[in-house]
Amino acid sequence: MLKNSLLGQIDKKYLLLLGWTMIIGVSILFYLFPQSGLFFLLFLCSLLVLYYLPVNNALRYLAAAIILVGIMPLVGMQNTYYFDVITQVGIYASLAIGLNIVVGFAGLLNFGYVAFYAFGAYLYAIFASSQAANFIPAAVAHFPLSGHWFWVFLALSAVLTAGLGLLLGFPVLRLRGDYLAIVTLGFAEIIRIVFNNLDKPINITNGPKGISPIQPPELFGMVLNQPIHFYFIVLVILVLTIIIASRLDSSRIGRCWAAIREDELAARSMGVPVVRMKLLAFAIGASFAGVMGVIFAAKQTFVDPSSFGFMESIGILSMVIVGGMGNIAGVIIGAVGVVMLQLNILKEFSEYLGQLAAQGILNIPSQVDPAKYEKLIYGLILILACIYRPQGLMPASRSLPAWLKKKGKDQITNGIQEDKTDVT
Amino acid sequence: MEQFLQLLPQCLLDGLTLGVVYAIVALGYTMVYGVLELINFAHSEIFMVGAFAGTEVLLYLQTYGYLTGIPAPVALVLALIVAMFLSGGMGVLMERIAYRPLRNAPRLVPLISAIGVSFFLQDAVRLVEGLWKNAFYLTAPSIFPTSIQISANLRLPVKSMVVMFSAVVMMLGLHMFVTRTKWGKAIRAVAQDRDTSALMSINVDRVISLTFFIGAALGGAAGTLFACQYSLISPYVGFILGIKAFTAAVLGGIGSIPGAMAGGILLGVLESLGAASLGIATNGAMGAEYKDVFAFVILIAVLILKPSGLFGEETGEKV
Repeated sequence: MLKNSLLGQIDKKYLLLLGWTMIIGVSILFYLFPQSGLFFLLFLCSLLVLYYLPVNNALRYLAAAIILVGIMPLVGMQNTYYFDVITQVGIYASLAIGLNIVVGFAGLLNFGYVAFYAFGAYLYAIFASSQAANFIPAAVAHFPLSGHWFWVFLALSAVLTAGLGLLLGFPVLRLRGDYLAIVTLGFAEIIRIVFNNLDKPINITNGPKGISPIQPPELFGMVLNQPIHFYFIVLVILVLTIIIASRLDSSRIGRCWAAIREDELAARSMGVPVVRMKLLAFAIGASFAGVMGVIFAAKQTFVDPSSFGFMESIGILSMVIVGGMGNIAGVIIGAVGVVMLQLNILKEFSEYLGQLAAQGILNIPSQVDPAKYEKLIYGLILILACIYRPQGLMPASRSLPAWLKKKGKDQITNGIQEDKTDVT
Repeated sequence: MEQFLQLLPQCLLDGLTLGVVYAIVALGYTMVYGVLELINFAHSEIFMVGAFAGTEVLLYLQTYGYLTGIPAPVALVLALIVAMFLSGGMGVLMERIAYRPLRNAPRLVPLISAIGVSFFLQDAVRLVEGLWKNAFYLTAPSIFPTSIQISANLRLPVKSMVVMFSAVVMMLGLHMFVTRTKWGKAIRAVAQDRDTSALMSINVDRVISLTFFIGAALGGAAGTLFACQYSLISPYVGFILGIKAFTAAVLGGIGSIPGAMAGGILLGVLESLGAASLGIATNGAMGAEYKDVFAFVILIAVLILKPSGLFGEETGEKV
């Protein structure tokens, strides 16, 4: 393979030097030019470089922590726009990791993932705004609830959406792959339509107008409503999500999921409790979405049904597919790529085209504004990804269990794992 | 109750008109599923392309003043032919580009590329219409404006009759084609067993292309009829209709052609009745805005209770 032969030729020292120079250089440049979109992209790329850099894990995590906890907030203080973007990336990355549990680990195609996200968002929105006063008498509780309840709702939403996932999962998990996809799609549409119309007879969701304002979270009396607060909330949740998902993947449960995904019949005959494991995947995936929904509602301070359409489900699904089903790092890259495409690249590109048009170099009608044709580009990416990289940018590889890994440890020299299979 | 009985005839008629449109679109889903075991998610966009093509033809005839010169049925047939060929061609192209390379891939992969095609077509049509007409919502000229008042509670618009008549002609034509011709036999053979039909010197690729062409052409025709009946179309009109047509195909038993026809009509009538009675039953608290929920609930119920549908064969899982 190219990578291996390159590694063989170039001295590892130079590779390390190059990597660190890039990471540190880009961080400094990004700090000096916080307005530049290009450096922001390079900054994200440097995290990817860090992921591949042949150093030991302690150093890697330390560097990642310095970048994410130190440098990013420093830049974000100067330009809150990138704070918003990276928070958005974090929310979608967590959602994609959650969906990845269902689609990538257990192999159950879920087109209605956004329903759980919507449920979580509405759960917090209704009780953290004056909306709940419409159906709960003031004698019971006074609404809106204070921001301290945010933390309670994070847990509550995780539990309730998991329950909702079980409720949906029970009847439908008997269905084969593509039927399951359609049913989950139908379920998500039902949820959306219900939220859209539940402003009568009792006004619960305020219908298409949406709910606003929603209380921001509070911690020890401090109101968390600045972008930096949400950045850290999302960062903590994202790290937790990554840890939970990767621990699940390498656990007994994860191996059961992989067995079901590869061959359900074989798994069943080997004694894997197929139904229970599928339900578990569904419920865990759902609860991730529920938690992110609460954060989304608190961050936006506004929810309405239009944020939870089919398009959103497909957006999250495409992050999983493009990044690499079943691979957590891949899914995060997918999320970064898709969100950046949506929020940053297309927008900058259309601004650039607009500048060209203003200078009279290029004459393009406003209908061809690339920012409006997100779906067209999504569609193309999905088709091309399916044809050329059906496994995603970073395909999942099943790692060995710990006791087997120990045997292979002597093959791992200085952090570079030699790929024995390439020799043959 | 009395109120409901008064509404009943009109509901049935509206439901029937909607139902035949569902039925023709459902045929496309069911045929493709029959030969490839693939839910062609982009079929709803084929329908949409057909609606736009037909409407554009009618608008063209209108702007150049031909619409008053030639009889309305001729104009409709012209629009239908253009729409069918355009949609059919699109269907064949779609199969060639997005599905054929994935024929041996895991089942989920073509499903996702189908969604890619669907998104691509939606925005592509929007882009083309935006550039051309400066607006991507079109209003089809009404070519059958008259209607017949049968009784106090029932009005029969001529366009509904035209839609139903054309739909029945197409379904009969398809039925004859599939049961009486050599190509029809080939389609049935491929649906039954692809490998064996290849051994029997059937050109499987060509049969699959043909299936896509026919299914897509029917979808395109349904689009044109839809535009005639409901006038306003947008690039996003296909999504919800596609899901409902798919529901109809599942309801009738996916893979079964008569099932798709029956399922479509049944779903149309059920939906129309459901939307009307829900408002009356809840005293106006819940109304027609829940009619889409109705279709989804039917879909979920059918899949859970009787996944093989009304006309489908009970098939065990292949090991």
